[in-house]
Amino acid sequence: MTLPTALPMTRRSALAAAVAALAWRPAFAVADVDAGQSDALHVLNRLAFGPAPGDLERVARMGTPAWIAEQLQPERLALPAFLADQLASLHTPGETQREMIQQYREAQKEAKEAKQAETASPDGKKPQTDAGAERRRQVATVVVEAGEERLLQALNSPRQLQEVLVDFWFNHFNVFQGKGLDRVLVENYEREAIRPNVLGRFRTMLGATAKHPAMLFYLDNWLSVAPGYQPRVRLGAAAKVGGLNENYAREVMELHTLGVDGGYTQQDVTELARILTGWTMQPQQPRRRFDIGSAPVYARGHQGDSIFAFDPARHDNGSKTWLGHAIAPGGQMEGEFALDVLARHPSTAKHIAFKLARRFVADEPSPALVGRLSARFLDTDGDLRAVMQALVESPEFRDAKPVKFKTPYQYVMSSVRATGIATTNVRPLMAVLSQLGQPLYGCQTPDGYHDTEADWLNPNAITQRVNFATALASGKLPLQRIDDPNAPVPAQGIKAMERQTDQAMARDQAVEGSTPPVDATTLLATLGPAISDRTRAAVAGSQPALRAALVLGSPDFMRR
Amino acid sequence: MQRRQLLQTAAAAGLAWTAVGRTAFAASTTQAGQQLPGNRRLIVVFLRGAVDGLSVVVPYSEGAYYDARSSIALARPGQDGGVLDLDGHFGLNPNLAPLMPLWQSGKLAFVQASGSPDPTRSHFDAQDYMESATPGRKGTPDGWLNRLLGAEPPVVVQAGAHAGVTRGISVGATLPRIWAGPNPVANIANGARATKPTLLDRPQVSKAFDSLYSGDDAMSKAYRESQQSRAEVNEAMTPAAMDHEQMVANGGAPLPNGFPDDAARLAQLMRRDPNVQIAFLALGGWDTHVNQGGAKGQLANRLQPLGQGLAELATRLGPTFDDTTILVISEFGRTVRQNGTGGTDHGHGNVMWALGGHVAGGKVHGRWPGIDAASLNEGRDLAVTTDFRQVLAGVCAHNLGLPDNKLASVFPGFDGVPLNLSRA
Repeated sequence: MTLPTALPMTRRSALAAAVAALAWRPAFAVADVDAGQSDALHVLNRLAFGPAPGDLERVARMGTPAWIAEQLQPERLALPAFLADQLASLHTPGETQREMIQQYREAQKEAKEAKQAETASPDGKKPQTDAGAERRRQVATVVVEAGEERLLQALNSPRQLQEVLVDFWFNHFNVFQGKGLDRVLVENYEREAIRPNVLGRFRTMLGATAKHPAMLFYLDNWLSVAPGYQPRVRLGAAAKVGGLNENYAREVMELHTLGVDGGYTQQDVTELARILTGWTMQPQQPRRRFDIGSAPVYARGHQGDSIFAFDPARHDNGSKTWLGHAIAPGGQMEGEFALDVLARHPSTAKHIAFKLARRFVADEPSPALVGRLSARFLDTDGDLRAVMQALVESPEFRDAKPVKFKTPYQYVMSSVRATGIATTNVRPLMAVLSQLGQPLYGCQTPDGYHDTEADWLNPNAITQRVNFATALASGKLPLQRIDDPNAPVPAQGIKAMERQTDQAMARDQAVEGSTPPVDATTLLATLGPAISDRTRAAVAGSQPALRAALVLGSPDFMRR
Repeated sequence: MQRRQLLQTAAAAGLAWTAVGRTAFAASTTQAGQQLPGNRRLIVVFLRGAVDGLSVVVPYSEGAYYDARSSIALARPGQDGGVLDLDGHFGLNPNLAPLMPLWQSGKLAFVQASGSPDPTRSHFDAQDYMESATPGRKGTPDGWLNRLLGAEPPVVVQAGAHAGVTRGISVGATLPRIWAGPNPVANIANGARATKPTLLDRPQVSKAFDSLYSGDDAMSKAYRESQQSRAEVNEAMTPAAMDHEQMVANGGAPLPNGFPDDAARLAQLMRRDPNVQIAFLALGGWDTHVNQGGAKGQLANRLQPLGQGLAELATRLGPTFDDTTILVISEFGRTVRQNGTGGTDHGHGNVMWALGGHVAGGKVHGRWPGIDAASLNEGRDLAVTTDFRQVLAGVCAHNLGLPDNKLASVFPGFDGVPLNLSRA
């Protein structure tokens, strides 16, 4: 396009020129642009957390196959410097599992002593010690940092598919941050057992979760021992070991692998619990009596501190019959064999295929698609990259309409991404997720959050989302608050964050760190075909201050 | 009108109480033109994660109980941390002491050894079955509370009250399976946020969004239901009214967060808003595989706020409690024998609880199968002698007055005998 550059160009004339330029193009080119944007929107909605400013054009330009190929090799995509810096500023990833547990236990001990001192003091009040307060602050920091590490990447990482899969697989192998030691272990669990494996082998992730202290603790396997086992050293007053605990053995089959109808019995649960006796952790420095077994010994810094331990003394050395296999006594190898069997089982393939299809394609995916993904899983020995490849190449994926109702997590992430706000403070988002019924790391039960419209669409959900959209669009959320790194983290954690967020949303004046109001025109350009003509008309007819809120709070934006 | 008076009126009118009870889910009047207790209400409290029923209603007179639970058994009545005697055989967990006045006044009943005919030990399947009330069948599209909503036309309790949206109220950010179905249900947030003003309460904001959510689609309907119920809740729960209740009930002391707080708020709403007929709350944390504890410990720490919250519900419902049935249910019980880690694993039979002004209380219902080795389910669990649907259907039929010909629509495929828990 050529323009008379000598003339001063007004906005109006530029617009007219652009319209004229567009009009000159052959009709099929316009259709191509539209189709390109629709395709781009589809993959960004399903394989990323929605489009950020400029994404639609970029993905349309490079073509969706090239973009997908890039996403399937996340290790080749560099993190932008600002994100790398943000992640580098977090303290938790530098701490070992052992250090985290140590810190947590000391904080607990000091809290208990402070309480006793309080009760014993004449006026019933005794200020907590500085050291005690510092430890509790450290533990609270770890809890918040786990959320920061997750959300900053979900919002800003170019490895969008990886982050979508982290959400999926963490949820599949769910642990609950509210349970004891898992307060400080969740960050490590996600970083070491989940994120590196989401496009790797299923067996690797299964093994990594089975041996991670966050899972060993959450589903109690660390305490499960052969009947009659007598500990030589007590594992703390609370932990009375003495026999089987079948919690993990049941859930690893029901939820992580075979599925509830995958063909196992109560007898299989008990036998697997026996097989897995002795799979525990060693938070103290290793003692002689522990056989580290085949647990890999890493250099510190990269999975360098696994405290998984196989303790032969706790292991039930009898023979077992499990899922039709006769299992001779074999120490840790019995459990490794069991995980091999589970990871290659057709029921597991079907279960995983169904869950992936439900997440990426439809609430009720076609049996044909599930069958194909399941076959791919079995053919490739659980190569999750190959399974994802098959999924995105399927006609079911390609032809899917934007009918999936977003989970709160998807809704919040896609909203913030669409605004292009450079978020440095994710705490208000953690609070909002909690209010919307999907607190980060807050699913108490091992089944994780569910994934269909029936689970998330309810009256309160819609109006809560609209409230969030309105607050975000009008710049009421302090997403850019510069936190003093030495400021105390609220001891009540998420509840305090929720209160602060509610207050920020209710106030008419902007709080410190609030973002500027979102520009509706830019937002509409960012979202392109995601927003229907009907909604665009309603937006255009409303008062300017509410337009961006209407876009983000529209029915169109609730789906992906 | 007090229940006693009603009884007298009913008697005077020559009507058998049971007949009245059976048809009274919808408002009706006596021949004398006086209103009968039409506004019967139901609150379901779901304990997700399988509460250990043997630690709630404890068979303290049986040696087998103490044999099976060397470190987590609760002591006999009168001993340190001992259970509160119920009937000479069973005792109540001492952490539920706030409920003893209700037991003594005959307004609290239990059904021991109740549960599902399906043998699953999966939390999620068992909860699904209890919420669909179709054990063994996963394809059931709706939940029984939603079907109950649909089984009777809404009660018209006062002129001008718009019946519908708030007939069913769920506390929490999501709507669980038990509410799935075509009839509208409103949900309110946990905690004080339920009644705090929001941006969408501002007229210029709601006006703008109203136009986006004016269609016939699921999201538009949900939006409108939420806005209607919110208007109703706001009307019933003005800040001044809430503050007043708080002062009167507690001398100003706030309730602990969580269940007691939510229960108190729900009670106030139900008392002030007669449209609310069926309510649901859930609380988790009952999956005590490790260090369950006895009179003190993890389970005790969960039972305390539950007992306190249920007592709050009963108190704050005020006269409405007389017309209300509160059911406490959980997906299955836990192993009779404690496991290797001071806890209990997934079992089978459990205890169901019923509270209310017209509940046949002061009694542990159901047939007790015993917990000696020979009596156990699959050698490890309390057996089930009462199908949980007998209790649910019994409450619907006898306490809510759901007619027999409607029972089948709420409990499809159930051909057992509804258990009569009504004090009549």
